[in-house]
Amino acid sequence: MIFKKLFLAATAAAVLATPLLAMPAAAQNEQFMPLLVYRTGPYAPSGIPLANGFNDYFELINSRDGGVNGVKLTWEECETNYNNDRGVECYERLKNQGPTGATVVNPYATGITYALIERATADKIPIFSMGYGRADATIGSVFPYVFTAPATYWAGADAIIQYIQSQEKGSLKGKKIALVYHDSAYGKEPIATLEALSKQEGFTFNLFPVAHPGLEQKATWLQIGRQLRPDWVIMWGWGVMNATAIKEAAAVGYPMDKFIGIWWSGSEADVKPAGAAAKGYKSAQFTGTGTGAPVHAQIRDLLFAKNTGKGKDTFGEVLYNRGLVNAAVSVEAIRTAQGKFGNKPMTGEQMQWGFENLNITQDVIDKLGLTGLMSPIKLSCNDHEGGGSVVIQQWDGKGWNYVSDFIKPRREMLTKMYEASAMQYAKEKNITPRDCSKM
Amino acid sequence: MFFSWPFFFEVLIGGLLAGVMYSLVALGFVLIFKASGVFNFAQGAMVLFAALTLVGFINMGMPTAVAILITMAVMVALAYSIERVVLRPLVNQPPIILFMATIGITFFIDGFGQTLWGSDVYVLDIGIPTTPLFFGDILVNSFDLVAAAVAGLLVVVLAIFFQKTRVGRALRAVADDHQAAMSVGIPLRVIWVIVWSVAGLVALVAGIMWGSKLGVQFSLVLIALKALPVLILGGFTSIPGAIIGGLMIGAGEKLAEVFIGPFLAGAIEDWFAYMLALVVLLFRPQGLFGEKIIERV
Amino acid sequence: MIYREAGQFKTSYAADQGIFPIRLDRMGMVALLLIAYLAIPAVANHYWLVSILVPFLVFSMAAIGLNILTGYAGQLSLGTGGFMACGAFAAYKLATAFPDLHIIIVLLLSGTITAAVGVLFGLPSLRIKGFYLAVATLAAQFFLIWMFNKFGWFNNYSPSGVISAPPMHLFGDIYITGPQSSPLVKYLFLLTFVAIMALAAKNLTRCKIGRSWMAIRDMDIAAEIIGIRPLWAKLSAFAVSSFYIGIAGATWAFIYTGSVEALAFDINRSFQVLFMIIIGGLGSILGSFLGAGFIVLLPIFLNNAPGLVGWHIPVDMLAHLEFMIFGALIIFFLIVEPHGLARLWTVAKEKLRLWPFPH
Repeated sequence: MIFKKLFLAATAAAVLATPLLAMPAAAQNEQFMPLLVYRTGPYAPSGIPLANGFNDYFELINSRDGGVNGVKLTWEECETNYNNDRGVECYERLKNQGPTGATVVNPYATGITYALIERATADKIPIFSMGYGRADATIGSVFPYVFTAPATYWAGADAIIQYIQSQEKGSLKGKKIALVYHDSAYGKEPIATLEALSKQEGFTFNLFPVAHPGLEQKATWLQIGRQLRPDWVIMWGWGVMNATAIKEAAAVGYPMDKFIGIWWSGSEADVKPAGAAAKGYKSAQFTGTGTGAPVHAQIRDLLFAKNTGKGKDTFGEVLYNRGLVNAAVSVEAIRTAQGKFGNKPMTGEQMQWGFENLNITQDVIDKLGLTGLMSPIKLSCNDHEGGGSVVIQQWDGKGWNYVSDFIKPRREMLTKMYEASAMQYAKEKNITPRDCSKM
Repeated sequence: MFFSWPFFFEVLIGGLLAGVMYSLVALGFVLIFKASGVFNFAQGAMVLFAALTLVGFINMGMPTAVAILITMAVMVALAYSIERVVLRPLVNQPPIILFMATIGITFFIDGFGQTLWGSDVYVLDIGIPTTPLFFGDILVNSFDLVAAAVAGLLVVVLAIFFQKTRVGRALRAVADDHQAAMSVGIPLRVIWVIVWSVAGLVALVAGIMWGSKLGVQFSLVLIALKALPVLILGGFTSIPGAIIGGLMIGAGEKLAEVFIGPFLAGAIEDWFAYMLALVVLLFRPQGLFGEKIIERV
Repeated sequence: MIYREAGQFKTSYAADQGIFPIRLDRMGMVALLLIAYLAIPAVANHYWLVSILVPFLVFSMAAIGLNILTGYAGQLSLGTGGFMACGAFAAYKLATAFPDLHIIIVLLLSGTITAAVGVLFGLPSLRIKGFYLAVATLAAQFFLIWMFNKFGWFNNYSPSGVISAPPMHLFGDIYITGPQSSPLVKYLFLLTFVAIMALAAKNLTRCKIGRSWMAIRDMDIAAEIIGIRPLWAKLSAFAVSSFYIGIAGATWAFIYTGSVEALAFDINRSFQVLFMIIIGGLGSILGSFLGAGFIVLLPIFLNNAPGLVGWHIPVDMLAHLEFMIFGALIIFFLIVEPHGLARLWTVAKEKLRLWPFPH
């Protein structure tokens, strides 16, 4: 077992040469953002536009405004490959960079979010899982460092049911609704909500799990399209599973306009490979589509015209816009925190305050040039979701169009479910919830 | 859910046709294992690489036929370099080492393909219809029918190639006995290049079919996992075995998913395929059509 | 010139059969342990402990387990991920059902449960051989992951199917799992645990049972003829191997990541551990460590290296390069030394004994 000596010699050499230990003295007036991205591997088609959106918004803030109140943004990408252990490694590598360490982490994978919740809470770095991760983390008294704005999966499920209800002229009694889902932590998130809703609204609800990665779904779709024939199908899919599902649905002749995906099943990468078959397919969304917002014009003029910016090829795609909005919300949280702590780089703890007191009104959205890209959100100590809204969009073969107004998920019911689940977590982990009424 | 015969046949036919798609991938494995005893883990990566290359050339504006020809040339070049760089220095190593080497090849091709062509998803449309067809009351997917025809054609071509041509006979000789084949003057290296080239071309066909089904993207490498039970069930060394194994696995897993799945909470088709293969192996340890394993001390 | 065994005389069989018959090896081992216990905690920072050393130790344990099965007993297995999941979920059920159980007991019990599962899936090995056996283990892999993913009982009906380790004490007030635990405690605990388990494995392979495994590996018919019962030899290999792998899975979930879903132990995990033992060396405990180190460190090193010398490569390019270099290195190592890093080390030692003389 002398080998370890070799290993150690090698490591020691690496350690000495590594800036992992001795971070280069960073400029003091910078706010560092770690970016966990996946630009390669099976989920790259989704990961690339997301990462580009982040990059371009940060760059826009620096070149348009000279940073946030004079504090320049810096960021570094780390490739997670959508892999949990790589994600944890990336987090550990990046969390101490910059003058104040990582500002906020966007894990961009439900699995990585789960793995980071305890670590980030211990390190006092906020996790901003925008539209993914743990739905019950909305309860800020149990999860002080996790933020789920503007909508959780449970809220998404409720919004989709509300949309179906409006299409069915108000009543879902006796209707059949099927859920096709990726058989993983992510795909199982909406089941409890949908089951509760099926009791409340009186529709029958069937489950169709699809084994990872979801390359083969013929059996599933024969059951749905030829045997059960539900009135509506909801999908919680991811990666190659989405396009396959759309193709197979078309192959059994299931009507596309009765087929609604969650926001991770509703990007260009999901419908384009399915070709013409995808026309009419719908998905839920909490960020807007297209390139019509003022911020898009600014990115075009200030970045692309000068040959900077990364998102030329993915400009205006659903996930690119989500990257922009996600970056924008993070930047606004910095601004809010600076309002209390002064115009300097914020620490993770200060950022947590910034997030909890974040209030993005329609005026703020218009001022930021994000008109039409997001709905207003207002967070608080106990509500980390912020009351965002969900919209249903439809693919017309070339682009996504809205087919509904912004729908407000019914939060009275959801909050009860969040609380029940969060309290169970607190019990398992011996966490004493914060008392939010005193804050 | 109630049982009905038309639905049963629908699932059965759908399963058989899906199985053919698995066979397309399994064929590549069989070719290489038969001629060189190498379990080529890189077959999935070769499928992806072929499809990516083809789409890349088509997106450059080449006509599809030209792009296919160039891609074929690329696959042959790939086969040549694999033989030269990897296989030749590893002659006479135990199978597990060669298996490991093909895993190295897999990583390299994955990285190389994405470096050249990017990691985005590309649409490959060569005009195969996807509309549902009805025979009486039974629904059949037209895309799957085309795929089955392609697979059938491929097997016929391969059979003629193996049975009727000089090279094919040499390949069979090598497969039977390396030493004896060499002693009658069959050049082993050339044969290996040919086998890997043919496997590359089969990968291209599989890549075209799967790529136009799912879009050309990194996830295509994962279909290798769907081909494994097929391969094991049919036997590593049998081309008809790959087809019949595919049909059995396809039909078996779909029927199980539809008719047994609901009692077990679903998504059982993956492990069911392996369990099916396992049960067959318990009765025939060399697969259905594999060469009988004779052991001597 | 320093590495000589001249003048070291063995006066008993016990001395002759020691694990480290050469004095310098023994000293090296002691030095190594000193470094591992004293120097590393002193110099390693949080990042090194959490993201490199802890996973390295967990993977070493899994690699030892697989090496017992594949390297020593010759049974090719692609079910490592499934067995790791088995260990992780068994540990979770035990720890939540009996909150007062000590972590070591939880680990050992979850290993035992995994061993039983391993024996069950090892039964087909009595009839199926070689690459065909991979299917039996693949069936285990897919079935186990599906089972843990599917049935709420295994994850105490958590809505997402993710299990996370409850906070547990090592002794007194020191936490080994949960957010209050320090990485240093985790590292030292794992180091001790893995060292003891590795020693046990080394000795197992040197005694009767280990020799029967190797006889089966080299030629099972011949082994049967000389009186080794294949049933016992193969199933005991499956049991011991699964025991190690189960503990590795449990430590992965409890000590390394803290929370885990069944899909984290998918087929890629199986391949990863298989790479480790082939790169490290089949049939070598040392090789298990070397392989684990290689596979854990190389991607991280490749990922960081360009940044160290000041290059700024886009992450996607970097990831692709990482893939290519990783693949090329595997091939390179196989061509240079098909029997793994452990063999390179042995060859180096042989050379060192005579150096500077050629013979």
